[in-house]
Amino acid sequence: MHDSRATTSAGSTPVGSTHGSTQVMTADHEAHNPALLHHFADAQQQKNAASLGMWLFLVTEIMFFGGMFCAYLIYRLAHFNAFAAGSQQLNIWMGGVNTAVLIVSSVTVVLAVKAAEAGKRKLLTGYLVVTVLLGMTFLVIKGFEYAEKFEKHHVPGPTFNFTEKFDDNGKQIPVNPKEAELFFSLYFAMTGMHALHMIIGCGLFSTLAVLAWKGHYTTNYFTPIENAGLYWHLVDIIWIYLFPLLYLISRHT
Amino acid sequence: MAQPESTHEHDLTVEHEHTTHSQGFYIAIGAVLLVLTITTAAVAFINLGPFNPVVALLIATIKATLVILFFMHVKGASEKLTGVVVLSAFFFLAILLTLSLADYLTRSWR
Repeated sequence: MHDSRATTSAGSTPVGSTHGSTQVMTADHEAHNPALLHHFADAQQQKNAASLGMWLFLVTEIMFFGGMFCAYLIYRLAHFNAFAAGSQQLNIWMGGVNTAVLIVSSVTVVLAVKAAEAGKRKLLTGYLVVTVLLGMTFLVIKGFEYAEKFEKHHVPGPTFNFTEKFDDNGKQIPVNPKEAELFFSLYFAMTGMHALHMIIGCGLFSTLAVLAWKGHYTTNYFTPIENAGLYWHLVDIIWIYLFPLLYLISRHT
Repeated sequence: MAQPESTHEHDLTVEHEHTTHSQGFYIAIGAVLLVLTITTAAVAFINLGPFNPVVALLIATIKATLVILFFMHVKGASEKLTGVVVLSAFFFLAILLTLSLADYLTRSWR
């Protein structure tokens, strides 16, 4: 928008005379907010651009996980009994507690953004640290869950062994172990990819916590906190769908 | 563009009032999400026949919507384009799932 103004006026009058006041103002504004890059008109435009870019990345993330959700859906329809039997073997308590941990961490993230906006440095750092700790709690619980899978030989591979039956309202239906292995392959692919995102998120928020403590973010500039927050919420949303689809929908027997 | 001075000062403050809510509001949304989690886990043990997955996905979608609207500040976002991008994500996901299932669910029709 600034560009078009500059080119139209450049033909008739010298730029300096008409835009003198604007340029002085911009320089003045930059002095107030050193985080404003010069190719943006103002801080709001810079923030909107960063937010839009983050959202576009999140769309690609949704499609990435969407592919796995689609595969899960199709294979579940094709091998229903084996998938139900596999689902019944998952630990609903660990999955449920992890859901709660992630929801609480999303609350601390949104409170961190609020603290950043209010310029409360210590509070912001505190919320970021708590978020990292909650993320690690999730990963530790996930680790125990994976350990249980190894003990029960439910990890796909040469040692995979599935003798459990599908409990269909008390009726015990034997299932093809190969089909159950497919369920656990998708289980590990989906929860593993989600866990990888959690590890990246913990690294991201640890870095932000250090920078926040050093006073890197001001009330005028805390875009990284907001965008990392968007990432964290998306990873939370993916788990919100993984939990019912993997753990819950074959439970009612 | 008529008065750049005023928009500069204005934008930051106005936008903030619109996007963030009080601390109590966020904790309340978090509490609702936790209640919905307990609800979905409890309902999973009740036999609703073919409606178990429907209810589970419905509750998950309500939870996701709450997170997107309030935690990710899509409701009241200063940039309306954000809402369009969010909807496009669901649009593309719908194409992926619908076309794939249109194939797999109709293979037995021959």
